[in-house]
Amino acid sequence: MYRYDEFDDTLVRERAKQFRSQVERRLKGELKEEHFKPHRLQNGVYLQLHAYMLRVAIPYGQLSAKKMRKLAEVADKFDKGYGHFTTRQNVQYNWIKLADMPDVLDMLADVEMHAIQTSGNCIRNVTSDHLAGAALDELEDPRPWCEIIRQWSTFHPEFSALPRKFKIAVTAGTPDRAAVKVHDIGLLMKKNAAGEVGFEVLVGGGLGRTPYIGTLIRDWVSKQELLSYLEANMRVYNRHGRRDNKYKARIKILVNELGEAEYRRQVEEEFANQNAWEKVILPQEEVDRISAYFAPPKFETLSAKSATLDAAIAGDRIFARWAKNNLRAHKVPGYTAVHIALKPQGVAPGDATSDQMRAAADIAEKYALDDIRVAHEQDLVLPHVKLDDVPAVYAALKAADMHASNAGLGSDLIACPGLDYCNLSNARSISVANEIQALFADPDFEDDVGTLHINISGCINACGHHHVGHIGVLGVDKKGEEFYQILFGGRADEKASIGDIQGPGLRHEEVAPALKRVISKYMELRTSKTEKLADTMSRLGQAPFKEALYASA
Amino acid sequence: MPLLKDGKIVDDVWAFVEDGHELSPGGCITVSLARFLSEHDQLLARNQSIGVRLAVSDDPGLLAPHLDHLHLIELQFPKYTDGRALSQSQLLRRRYGYKGEIRATGEVLRDQLRLIIRSGFDAVVLNEADAEAVFDISAHEFSEFYQAASDTSDTIFMKRQKKREEKAAQ
Repeated sequence: MYRYDEFDDTLVRERAKQFRSQVERRLKGELKEEHFKPHRLQNGVYLQLHAYMLRVAIPYGQLSAKKMRKLAEVADKFDKGYGHFTTRQNVQYNWIKLADMPDVLDMLADVEMHAIQTSGNCIRNVTSDHLAGAALDELEDPRPWCEIIRQWSTFHPEFSALPRKFKIAVTAGTPDRAAVKVHDIGLLMKKNAAGEVGFEVLVGGGLGRTPYIGTLIRDWVSKQELLSYLEANMRVYNRHGRRDNKYKARIKILVNELGEAEYRRQVEEEFANQNAWEKVILPQEEVDRISAYFAPPKFETLSAKSATLDAAIAGDRIFARWAKNNLRAHKVPGYTAVHIALKPQGVAPGDATSDQMRAAADIAEKYALDDIRVAHEQDLVLPHVKLDDVPAVYAALKAADMHASNAGLGSDLIACPGLDYCNLSNARSISVANEIQALFADPDFEDDVGTLHINISGCINACGHHHVGHIGVLGVDKKGEEFYQILFGGRADEKASIGDIQGPGLRHEEVAPALKRVISKYMELRTSKTEKLADTMSRLGQAPFKEALYASA
Repeated sequence: MPLLKDGKIVDDVWAFVEDGHELSPGGCITVSLARFLSEHDQLLARNQSIGVRLAVSDDPGLLAPHLDHLHLIELQFPKYTDGRALSQSQLLRRRYGYKGEIRATGEVLRDQLRLIIRSGFDAVVLNEADAEAVFDISAHEFSEFYQAASDTSDTIFMKRQKKREEKAAQ
C-alpha cells in the first residue's frame, strides 16, 4: 500500500487546517453558505436531508487494518456507530456535525487519509479493480497508476472549477470489475502491437440522467504520456464543456455534441501543441518509487489445493455455500480473495457498524496481509487469504455477522441511500432493496438463479447505477407518490450496456412480486443452469420478461 | 474594490473602453479581443500601454502573435464556479509565453486565490475589506504542490527527484 512521504503528509494536514478555518468562518457567519458550498464540497461535505454528510476518500478502494480502525473510531466518536461503503469505493458518514468535521479530518490525516475531492466539480477520487494485485486475469497491477493520478489530480490548479464532477477509473483485469466504460474517463491497461503496456482511453461514459457508454477516443497511450494526455482532455473539457445547464455539463454531453471525431481532433491538437515544459512526465525513478509500494507481498509457496478448506466444505453445507459464492480466483497458488458481502437481509446495502469495521481490520491483519478493499458493489474484499485460512476467516466473519454468502447473487444488490437520507431522492431505496432481498431468502433458490446484478436508485441521478444492473430499479415521484420503473439488459463490465425502461412505474409494494415473476420466467426459459438471466434476456429479447413483469396488472 | 498586484494594493490606472466607444488619446486602456484584433494597428500606434479583456469563451491563442505588445490581459470569473479563466491563464503563460500582467476580475473568492496564482495570475480584484492580509493568508495556506504551474515553485515531484539526486551524490 502507498505510504505518504513528508510532502503528501504536509499537503493533507494543510488542507485539514484550511478547512478548519473555513468552518470557523462559516460558523461565525463570515462565510455565506453559498460561498462555503464549493469548499465544503471539494472536501466531501454535503448538506443532506437531516444533517451534514462526510464522504471520506478511499483511493482505489484500498485500506489497511489501521485505516479501517480509524474509520470505526470516527463512526463511534462522531457518528452513530456505523458508516456506509459506496459504489465509488469511498465511505460516508451521515450524522457528523459541521463543527466536528475539522477534528475528523485531523484524525484521518493521522492515518494518511482525507476527504479531498470526494465531491464538487473537480477530479474525484480515482477508482479501480477491487482485486488489483490479486486477480488471476490481470495484465499488471493498475494501482501505481491510480496513485499517480491521485497525486496529479490533487488540488490541480487548472481543473478545480470544472463544468461538473469528473470521475476516472482504471482497470487491468478481464472482466472489467471497475466499470471503466461508465466513467468520464475510463483507462483500460493493455499492450500495443510492440508489447508495451499502456492505456486504452474511453471518454464520456456515465450514468445519471443521460446515460452513455464511454467512447473509445484513443486506442493506446503510453504510461509516460498518460498524464499529459489526461491534461489535454481535461483542458478541452474545462474550456468547452457546457456551463449553461448543470444537467448537460458532464463531459459525456460535450463528446456527444461535438461528435467523437471532433472531440478527438480537439484533444489531439491540444496534446500536440503542448510545449516540452507543459508535459507532465514523472521521472522513471518516481514511477518506480510509487510502484514499489504495490510490489506483491511475500506470498508463501503453497499447494493449489487445501485439504483444510476441502474438509470444511465437505463437512458444512452452509460454509460450502459461502465458499462457493464468496471466494475469487487468486494469481498465486494456495491463495484466494474473499468477498465480504455487506448485504445481510434488512440492512442498508453497504452499511457496516464500527464493530464490523474493527472485525474486518482484525481479520485482515491476522489472515489477509493487512489488506482490505472496498468493491464498487458496496462490499469489502480481502484480496490475499491463504486457502488454509479460509475456514478461520469465515468463523471470524460469522462472529461479526459479516458472513452473508450472497456475493454476486440476487440479494447482493446495489442501492443508493434513497429518500431515507438523501435530499435529491424521489423514493426510498433501502426498503425496496430489502423486499427484493427477501425474494432470495432461500439460499438454494438464490444459488439456482445464480449471477444476477440488481441495481436500485432512488432518483435519476443514478447513484445506485440502475442503468447497468441486469435488472435496474429507478424510483420516481408521481404526484407525491413513490413509483419504481424497471429496466432490463444493463451491464457494467467490458460488455457494458445501458438497460431499457420497460414501461409504467410500479408501486413500492408491487416491485418485489413483479421481479419474482421475471425471475420465474427466466428459470422457465433458460436452456440450462449455466445460462444466466442476462444471457437468457439477450438470447430471447426482453419481451417475455416484460410480459411477466406486468402480468398481474 | 481593491486591486492587488503581487499581493499588494495598487492604484488601477487602466480603463476599459467599450466596443464602439471612442478611444481616449492618452492613458492605459483595455479593449475586447474582437476590437483588439480588428484595430490593433491603430491601438498600438497610440504609443500607450494597451491591454485586452478576454471573455471566458475567447481563445487566448488569437493573441499569441501580439503578446509582446500587451501589458495587461484581464480574465474573468463571471461566477466563482466558472474555471475557464484558469485554462486561459495557463495557456497565456505556459503555451504562449506571455510575461505581462494577468488580472482576475469578477467573482473571485479568497479560498480560490491559491489556484488563481498558480494558474499564472499576478493581479486580482478582490472584494475583501482587509485585502492584503486575506491575500497573504490565502496565498500561503499550502506549501506543497504536485503540479507544475505558471509560478516558479518546485513541485513535490521535483523535490523528490532532488532528494534522490542528493542521496545518490553522497
